[in-house]
Amino acid sequence: MKNNVSLQTVTRLTVFIVLAFSIYLLLAGHHAPGGGFIGGLMAASAIVLLYLSFGMKKISKVFTISYPYLIAVGLLLAMGTGFIGVLVGDPFLTQYYDYFYIPFLGTVELTTALIFDIGVYFVVVGVALFSILTIAEDDA
Amino acid sequence: MSLLHLVILAPFILAIFIPLFFKYVKQVHTGWFVLVLPTILFIYLIQLIPTVSGGEPIVESLAWVPSLGINFDVYIDGLALLFALLITGIGALVVLYSIYYLTKKGEALHNFYVYLLMFMGAMLGVVLSGNLMVIYVFWELTSLASSLLIGYWHHREKSRYGAQKSMLITVTGGFSMLASFSLLYVMTGSFNIQEIIAQAGDIATSPLFIPAMLLILLGAFTKSAQFPFHIWLPDAMEAPTPVSAYLHSATMVKAGIYLVARMSPVFAGASEWFWIVSVFGMFTLLWGSFNAVRQTDLKSILAYSTISQLGMIMSLLGLGSAAAFYNYEEVYFTATIAAVFHLINHSTFKGSLFMVAGIVDHETGTRDIRYLGGLMTFMPITFTLSIIGAFSMAGIYPFNGFLSKEMFLTGVLNTLMMTDFNMQSIGFLFVAVAWIASVFTFIYSMIIVFKTFTGKYQPEKLDKKPHEAPIGMLISPIILASLVILFGLFPNQFLSYTLIEPAVQSILPTALPAGEQFYVNIYPWHGWTPELWLTIGVIVVGTIMYLTLTKWQNIYKILRLHKKDPINYIYDGFLDKLVTGSQKITYMQMTGRLNNYLAFMSVFLIAILAYGLIEFDAFALDTSIVGDIPIYFWILAVVTVATTITMPFIQNRIAAIITIGVVGYLLALFFVFFKAPDLALTQLLVETVTTTLFLLCFYHLPELRKEKSKPRFKIANLIISLGVGIGVMIVGISSIAMKAGRPFESISEYFKENAYELAGGKNMVNVILVDFRGVDTMLEILVLAIAGLGVYSLIKLRMNDEGGRLK
Amino acid sequence: MEILMVVVVGVMFTIATYMVLTKSLLRVILGTVLYSHGAHLLILTMGGLGTGAAPLLSTEGPHSDPLPQALVLTAIVISFGVTAFLLVLAYRTYKQHKTDDLDQLRGSSDE
Repeated sequence: MKNNVSLQTVTRLTVFIVLAFSIYLLLAGHHAPGGGFIGGLMAASAIVLLYLSFGMKKISKVFTISYPYLIAVGLLLAMGTGFIGVLVGDPFLTQYYDYFYIPFLGTVELTTALIFDIGVYFVVVGVALFSILTIAEDDA
Repeated sequence: MSLLHLVILAPFILAIFIPLFFKYVKQVHTGWFVLVLPTILFIYLIQLIPTVSGGEPIVESLAWVPSLGINFDVYIDGLALLFALLITGIGALVVLYSIYYLTKKGEALHNFYVYLLMFMGAMLGVVLSGNLMVIYVFWELTSLASSLLIGYWHHREKSRYGAQKSMLITVTGGFSMLASFSLLYVMTGSFNIQEIIAQAGDIATSPLFIPAMLLILLGAFTKSAQFPFHIWLPDAMEAPTPVSAYLHSATMVKAGIYLVARMSPVFAGASEWFWIVSVFGMFTLLWGSFNAVRQTDLKSILAYSTISQLGMIMSLLGLGSAAAFYNYEEVYFTATIAAVFHLINHSTFKGSLFMVAGIVDHETGTRDIRYLGGLMTFMPITFTLSIIGAFSMAGIYPFNGFLSKEMFLTGVLNTLMMTDFNMQSIGFLFVAVAWIASVFTFIYSMIIVFKTFTGKYQPEKLDKKPHEAPIGMLISPIILASLVILFGLFPNQFLSYTLIEPAVQSILPTALPAGEQFYVNIYPWHGWTPELWLTIGVIVVGTIMYLTLTKWQNIYKILRLHKKDPINYIYDGFLDKLVTGSQKITYMQMTGRLNNYLAFMSVFLIAILAYGLIEFDAFALDTSIVGDIPIYFWILAVVTVATTITMPFIQNRIAAIITIGVVGYLLALFFVFFKAPDLALTQLLVETVTTTLFLLCFYHLPELRKEKSKPRFKIANLIISLGVGIGVMIVGISSIAMKAGRPFESISEYFKENAYELAGGKNMVNVILVDFRGVDTMLEILVLAIAGLGVYSLIKLRMNDEGGRLK
Repeated sequence: MEILMVVVVGVMFTIATYMVLTKSLLRVILGTVLYSHGAHLLILTMGGLGTGAAPLLSTEGPHSDPLPQALVLTAIVISFGVTAFLLVLAYRTYKQHKTDDLDQLRGSSDE
C-alpha cells in the first residue's frame, strides 16, 4: 500500500479517540445508549482504519492479539457470568449489581452484567476483525 | 436426583472418560476400567432385592418437562429389578469376556466401550423408568447403540448392512411405539405407567385402545425380533461376539418382552392381546427353530435360536394374559411364571453358548460348522461348557432349560382348558406347534455341540491350530454355565421368591388380593404327566432326526429356504424401491439452480400467508393511525424507496455497494426517528464494517452483468416478488390494526417497570440484552463466533483436487 | 405513519425477493441484505412506533417500547454475521469455479 500521509496523520489522531470512545460506550451501556455490541463495532472499525492506512504488515506486528482467542475469551466471559448464578443457586445467567465506594471515583454501581457485556465486546471485535483480516490475507 | 437416577446415568458418565483412558493408559486394557461399573451396579441392585420382593416398589421422581407430564421417574418393581440385574450381571461378564476377546492393539476399544456403556445406560433407563416418554428416549438410544455396535467393524460391508437393517427395523418399531404412547396419553392424560395402569379399566372401551395396542406391539415385536421382523437379528451377528452375547441374546432383544410384560396390566384383559401376542410368539418359535437347523454358521444358528426362544417367551406372556381374561384363575398363572423363569434361563445358557461360539471363532478362525469338527480333544473345557448350554437349551435334565421348558408345555396344555374361542379344538394346534418347535430346538442344540466338537477333525480347513482358550475368556462362560446347573438343581432356593415372584407380581398386579404371593414352586418331577411324555417324545424324535439329518435336509431346498430368509427378499426389495423412489422425487425438485429453490420458498411463503389470512380472516386495516406525518419523514421514506428500487438496475459493483450502504444508513436515520438510539448507533457501525467487507470481497469478484433471462422468467420473478412484498405488507398492516384489541398485555411493561429495580440499569434496551434476555444474547454471540469460524474455514481450509486437505 | 413504514418495508421485500431470484450471486447477497433491513424495520413497526421518549430511564417518560428494539439489535448483529459468511462463501465460490452465474453453478444432479 502506498504511503498516504494525510490518511495516516488523521488516523493517528482519531484512532485513540475512537478507541477511547468505544470503551466509554461499553462502560456507559447500562445507563445510556451503548453497550458491548456498539462498543465492539466501534473498536473494530477503529482497528480496521489502522489496517487500511498503515497496511497489514505493520499493524500485525503491533497488534499481536490472536482474534480466535479473543472470541473464545469473550464467549467464556459471557458464559462464565452465567455460572455465577448457578453457583449461588439462582437460574443460569442471573445478573447481580450493587453500589461500591471506590476512592477518587465515588460511589459506583458495579454489575455482573458488565462482565457479560465485556464478553460480548470481545466477541464482536474478534469476529469482525477476524473475518475482515482472513479475507484480506487471502489476497493471493 | 437420587442414587437410582445415578444408576442409569453412571454408564453415560463413565463413557465420557473412556476415550481418555484409552489414550493415556495404554498399558492397561480399557475394558478393566469399564468392568468396575457393571460390577458395582450389580452388587448395588442385588441388595435391593429384599425391599422389592417385599412387594414395595421403589419410586424416585425427578422433574424433567413437568409441563408436559414428562418426569424422569425411577420405578423399580420386581420386573424392573430382574431386568436391571440381567443388564448389569451379564454386562459385567460380557465386559470381562471382551477384554480377552478384543486385543489391545488394532481395535478401536474406545469406540467399542463407549457404545457398550451407552447401551448399558440406555437399557437400564428403559427398564427402570416409570415414564413412557423417558422409556421411549432410552429405547431409541438402545437401537442406536446396537446399530453402532453391529457396525463396529465398519470396514466390512456386511457389518454396515446389518447395522442399517437393525436400525431401520427397530427405529420404525420405536416410532410406532411413540405413537402408541401418545394415544395412551390422549386416553389417560398421563405418561406415568402406574397412573395409566390405574385407569386400565376405563380405557379398554376407548376407540383408541386397539390402535394403541397394535402400535405398541409393533414396537415390541420389532425389538424382540418376532416374525416377520426377525430378519435383522441374524444380520446383527456381524457384531463382535461379546456384543451378540450381550445385546442380541440377553438384554436388548428382551426389551420387547419387557415392554409387553410392562404393558400387560393395561392390555391383557383384551382377547386381541391374547391372540396377537401368543400367535405371533408361537409362529416365531416355530420359524426360528426350523430355520436354525439349516444354518451353517454357529452364530447364525444361535441367532435363529434366539429368535425362536424369544418367540417362546412372547407366546408365554400371551398365554399368560388369559389369566386376566378369565378373572385370574390360577391355572393360567403358570404361563407367566414360565415366561419369567425362561427369560432368566435363556440369558444364562444362551450367553454361555455365544461365548463358546466366540471362543471357537477366536481359536480356530472360523465359525462354519462345515469346517469344524473334532475339537473336543483340543478344547475340553469349552466342549463341556457347550454341552451344558446346549443341553439346557434342548430341555434336558438336570439343567435349568428342562424346568422352564416343562413349565412352558404346562402353560400351553393349560390353554386346552379354556372354554372360549374354540380352544378345545384350536388349542391342540398350539400344543402341536410347541412340540414341533421343541423337536427342532433339540436338533439345532445337538448340531451346535456335536458338529463342532465331535466328528472328523479337518486341520486343512482351519486358519489356526486350535487350542484351549485363555483362562480369562473362560471365566464368564464358566460362571454362566454354573448358573445353568445351579438354577436347574435349586431353582426355588435361588430364584422363586427373590426374582420370579416379584416379577410376576408386576405383570399381573391385580391378580391376587394385596399382600398375597403367587405360589412359585419349581421342581422337576411331577409324575408321568403329559408334559413329561411330550419331552420324552422330543428327545426320541429329535435324536432320530439329528442322526438322519442328511436324509431330510433337502426339505429346505424344496421350500426355497436354503439361500436366505424369504422375508429378506421383501426387505431388500423394499429398501431398493425406497432409495430409487426417493431419488426420483428429489431430482424432481432439486434442480441445482438456486433461483428455483428460492422461488419455491417464496411461493410457499405467499401461499402460507394467503392461507393464514383467508382461513383465520386475519386482514384488518386501521386508518385512524395514519395521523399527520411530518414532512421530513415523508422525504426519508421516499428516498429510501427510491434507493431500494434502483438496486436491481445497477451494473457497477462499487455503485451497488454504495447503494446498499445508503439504504443501511437511511435505516439508521429511521431508528433515530423512532427514538431508538442504540439501534441507530449499531446500524451505523455495522454498516461501516459490512461495507468494508463488501469492498474487500467484491474487489475480487467480476462486474455485475445485465440479467440475460427470458422476459417470461423476469415477469414470473416480478410476480413472485410482488406477492412476497404485498404479503408482508398485509401482515404488517393487520398486526398494527389488531394491536388495540389483543387479549393480553405486552410483556414490555414488565421490562419498563423493572429495569432499574431488578437490574440496576437505566438503558432498558441494554438491560434486556444483558440481563432479562441474557441467554438470547449469549447464543447470539455464539452464532457470531460460529460465523467467524465459518469464514475462517472457508478461506483457510481448502480441498485440493483429490479432496484432501491442502493446508 | 405505521402504514407508510409498512409500505417502505413492502418495497424492500419486493426488491429483495426480485434480486434473490436473479442469476448473479452478488445480487443474491445484496438481496439478503435488503431482506434483513426490511425485517428489522418490520419488527420495529409492528411493535408500534411509539411517540414516547427513547427507552432510557434518565429521560422523562412515557418511553417507547424497548423490547422490539432489543430484538432488532440482536437481529442486526446476527445478520452482520450471516452477511459476512455469505460474502466469503460467494468469494470462495467465484475463486473456485471462476463464475458467479448461478446457472453454471448447478449441483451434480445432471451427472
